Amino acid sequence: MKTNIEPLLEDHILVLDGAMGTMIQRHNFEEFDFREGAFEEHHKPLKGNNDLLSITRPETIKNIHRAYFNAGADIVETNTFSGTSIAQADYDLEHAVFDINYQSARIAKEVANEYSDKPRFVAGSIGPTNRTASISPDVNDPGYRAITFDALTVAYKEQVNALIEGGVDLLLVETVFDTLNAKAALFSIQEVFDERRITLPIMVSGTITDQSGRTLTGQTTEAFLISLSHIPLLSIGLNCALGANMMRPYLQILNKKSTFPVSAHPNAGLPNEFGEYEESPEIMREQIRVFLEEGLVNIIGGCCGTTPEHIQEISEMVQQYKPRKF
Amino acid sequence: MENLKLQLSGLEPLIVSKESNFVNIGERTNVTGSRAFLRLIQAGDYEAAVAVALEQVNGGAQIIDINMDEGMIDGKEAMVTFLNLIAAEPDIARVPVMIDSSKWEIIEAGLKCIQGKGVVNSISLKEGVEQFKEQAKTIKNFGAAVIVMAFDEKGQADSYERRIQICERSYNILVQEVGFNKQDIIFDPNIFPVATGMEEHKTNALDFFRATKWITENLPGAHVSGGVSNVSFSFRGNNKVREAMHSAFLYHAIKNGMGMGIVNPSMLEIYSDIDPVLLEYVEDVLLNRRDDSTERLLEYAETVKGSGKKKAIDLSWRDQNIEARLAHALVKGIVEFIDEDVEACRTNYERPIQVIEGPLMDGMNVVGDLFGSGKMFLPQVVKSARVMKKAVAYLLPYIEAEKGGKVESSGKILMATVKGDVHDIGKNIVGVVLGCNNYEILDLGVMVPAEKIIAVAKEENVDIIGLSGLITPSLDEMVHVAQELEKAKLNIPLLIGGATTSKVHTAVKIDEHYNRGQTVHVLDASRSVTVAESLLGDKKDAFIEELQTDYDKLRLQHEKHLKAKKLIPIAEARANALELSFDNSRIQEPKKLGITIIDNVAISDLIPFIDWTPFFQTWELHGRFPNILKDEVVGEEAVKLFKDAQEMLEKIQKENWMQAKGVLGLFPANSVGDDIEIYSDIERSKTLYTQRTLRQQAKKAKSQPNFALADFIAPKSNDIIDFIGAFAVTSGIGIEKYINQFEADNDDYNSILLKALADRLAEAFAEYLHHEVRTNLWAYSPNENLSNDELIKEKYSGIRPAPGYPACPDHTEKIGLFELLDVPKNIGVHLTESLAMMPASSVSGWYFAHPDSKYFGLGKVNEEQIRDICERKQLDYDSNKKWYSSILI
Repeated sequence: MKTNIEPLLEDHILVLDGAMGTMIQRHNFEEFDFREGAFEEHHKPLKGNNDLLSITRPETIKNIHRAYFNAGADIVETNTFSGTSIAQADYDLEHAVFDINYQSARIAKEVANEYSDKPRFVAGSIGPTNRTASISPDVNDPGYRAITFDALTVAYKEQVNALIEGGVDLLLVETVFDTLNAKAALFSIQEVFDERRITLPIMVSGTITDQSGRTLTGQTTEAFLISLSHIPLLSIGLNCALGANMMRPYLQILNKKSTFPVSAHPNAGLPNEFGEYEESPEIMREQIRVFLEEGLVNIIGGCCGTTPEHIQEISEMVQQYKPRKF
Repeated sequence: MENLKLQLSGLEPLIVSKESNFVNIGERTNVTGSRAFLRLIQAGDYEAAVAVALEQVNGGAQIIDINMDEGMIDGKEAMVTFLNLIAAEPDIARVPVMIDSSKWEIIEAGLKCIQGKGVVNSISLKEGVEQFKEQAKTIKNFGAAVIVMAFDEKGQADSYERRIQICERSYNILVQEVGFNKQDIIFDPNIFPVATGMEEHKTNALDFFRATKWITENLPGAHVSGGVSNVSFSFRGNNKVREAMHSAFLYHAIKNGMGMGIVNPSMLEIYSDIDPVLLEYVEDVLLNRRDDSTERLLEYAETVKGSGKKKAIDLSWRDQNIEARLAHALVKGIVEFIDEDVEACRTNYERPIQVIEGPLMDGMNVVGDLFGSGKMFLPQVVKSARVMKKAVAYLLPYIEAEKGGKVESSGKILMATVKGDVHDIGKNIVGVVLGCNNYEILDLGVMVPAEKIIAVAKEENVDIIGLSGLITPSLDEMVHVAQELEKAKLNIPLLIGGATTSKVHTAVKIDEHYNRGQTVHVLDASRSVTVAESLLGDKKDAFIEELQTDYDKLRLQHEKHLKAKKLIPIAEARANALELSFDNSRIQEPKKLGITIIDNVAISDLIPFIDWTPFFQTWELHGRFPNILKDEVVGEEAVKLFKDAQEMLEKIQKENWMQAKGVLGLFPANSVGDDIEIYSDIERSKTLYTQRTLRQQAKKAKSQPNFALADFIAPKSNDIIDFIGAFAVTSGIGIEKYINQFEADNDDYNSILLKALADRLAEAFAEYLHHEVRTNLWAYSPNENLSNDELIKEKYSGIRPAPGYPACPDHTEKIGLFELLDVPKNIGVHLTESLAMMPASSVSGWYFAHPDSKYFGLGKVNEEQIRDICERKQLDYDSNKKWYSSILI
């Protein structure tokens, strides 16, 4: 039975899952774990290519999804943040893109299907890739681009097709640091939808890098919103880079300006000097409570450093609050 | 509720509503409208072409129209090149872009370059409904707004009726069939020239005004725009009239609902400033008020030919002094004047390189500060780097000439994103910023394993290695690289950068693994040049010293911060003791075993060993000696003080104010666990004293031992006889009298001065005596030849930790040491109840000779170890734990 997510948003604040990378790190996987049974002969080191674990360590990934669903998440994200041929090119694993996305979607959906208490959704995570289409990596040649819109479109279409075949319920274009990359993702999604004659809800989530209130490529929050409002979105929001407290001013802008539902999945604070996120579930919950009291969001979850414990605290709290009006 | 505002964006939003002011669209970046711009594009002078865009934005354009439709140029390539270039100019990119072309492929290529929401100019029904719909749909998927020309299969609308008929039809197709957002539709109902002398052109302006009004009232959400300069086409060459016409036309068009238009803001007179006579003639023409209006305006035009408004660019910053101008150019990314400013600056300085080291670096530091505080963002910093590059390029020939040949690069820098990490944006930026400053960059790319970094570093003989990483596990990989560099016996400075890296992490986790070379955390790209320059220039030592002091402080703070959290049980710490290799070839038997009393040393012998820096610190004057004497802030005061100190030293010697006395003992010794047994003779027949040492209990990184002083002495179980030394010195004998005198005279200054000097002399004595021990009395390092500065920096072999100091914070160890050397009797120094030495100007400690012995900080320890040491010393824990309170967690 398939439930539409849109109507739910009018009555509830939906909860998104927390970090995948943080949970994977707990396992201290070694090179072998990234290879076993699928990439054993591969000529490049694969440790750190977390998306592969959906193939080589599916039970671990499923357990992470399960932990988030158990903590009360309505939506979990597939383990496909780097599942484009562009991101995988660094590992010479362009050929693995279909499997990564298909398997990641499939196992997430399997876990979602274990639950019948309330609708559980799987969002296909579409990362920003590691190339920027609107700034040059070469200062001597500011007109140069390491990636083009067309190349992004090819890569995103491949990822989106595989995610859809794997059975995702919605698509999440996230951690947008270059809006042109995200525009290419949305463009690709539209093309795939047209070709497959389907539509799925689309979430977009940008990343405001620091207190300048801008994306990496220099856009303000409002400019970011305007640039991606041309197709109907399930939600637009912010994730990563900032903890909940620091994200608040930019969510207020989205709250004020967006005609779409607003989402947020902040980090568990800022990383300390050792790259560890320290903000406890309770601290994060209280910071997010402010969002809820101000009615800023419709979807809330966590990014780097957040765990099922964080999501548990958040999902318990959201019951007491009404979603943002949109 | 329906939102009917047109929302556009560059880096910043632009909202156009009925209520908002008229939106200026810059027109000079249009090859069909500007011959100057066309020439630049044809010549491939994109730098100048970009400057045109900037001038437009600075002149008030809120959108810039870009058109590359010219038969002789590759319009698609020119469009892409130009859009990519202006995307790198934040001052331009902040406004939305209007992609202007009659060729669909150019429009499509342009749409693929802009991250903001731009406008396509234009589509129309000219080629039929199907193509119109197809193009509109694509534009919608790219997320742009669109200008629709009043043009259909039959041609361009040239009357009021045709205008409204075509616009209405287009609107209905877009909204009902394509699903285009109403507010993203902008009509261009054709602005045609007036006063051409042709009868049918007389109502051109008026028809436009009326059509505009109709669209605004009848097509919800839709906006109206137009190319204003067309209207004055017949007055080309007469700017005064044109400016007045544009202004008057706009005045009326806006009143009728035109919300935006393509206007050259620098070709626009202020409506209220237009000469009333001219205004009347112009409005007669626009509104078709008189039959002879064209003739009258033409006649008038002849009288004002040639004049026009001068464009005003704010150049007031050019009036500032040269350094401020350079800083301004760097911060704002202006290359225009950089050559002349650098030239002016060059003649002011003795050597061309000083322009780089001085004002240019100062400017880059301002950039760094602004970036660090979020007031500049990345693209601007990259722009600043380009200005810097230009400035450096200008200076290079002069620097070369000075050196009489080609300038070598400032240094070769290896850059790599560490293994397991694929993020390279930051690394690339650092690479270019350094590249701009004449460093040769060897970029190894991403996911680079330590072996490769080391191999290339050796092969290419690089001067600096820069590591970058974004993700958390990269921090560990950086530690690994540092360890490997150490193992490979390299001493190349190591730069650490990337979003998750930090100064503290570098100080605490990376630096300690790499003792041969200096590790430096670089906060952001803008700092990389200063750091590289400091590491490779004359000031390297001072820079490293300052850095180490800073890192020490951070390590200390961090240790405090960690406190209890990470202590390990003492048994575990002992299992992780340092294991040095001991053999007879490394152990030097002292030339003279037993106790030696030194009572014949003259103050003048000690003066060369004085470390003056702490002397100034006593007076709260901070800075390294001798540089402190030239310090901008405290220099004057320091010079005075130093002079007084010299005078007092003279007196001390002449009038024999104090005597220096010392005692030392060298003994056979062995360690037993954390204890050191000190023997009476080489046969080890009697244990004179057992020194109990404390061991570090902090949780250490892999391969980092938990130190105790006992680790530096050969264990008894090895059956190798090792040696240890002990010493106590004082320079305070006799000064009490003089101090009392000063105090009686209320002369605090001289009293403090004398005490401070006595302290320095005691330390100098310890230094002097240690030197004597190393070269003479123990003679394990007989050929040592170190300067005082090197002694201060502890470059000698072996150590002399003092009870009460970081390696040996246990003050109670003084009791045994004093007994062992019979200090009170031999040199007249006593211990007070609180275990302070009297006279105060005294120093005591141990000598360790092992070449791998080193100073370390004990850090915090737990109660378990304190109970254990009390037991070993046969002291009651409760009444003695006070001695350990500062180290007990």
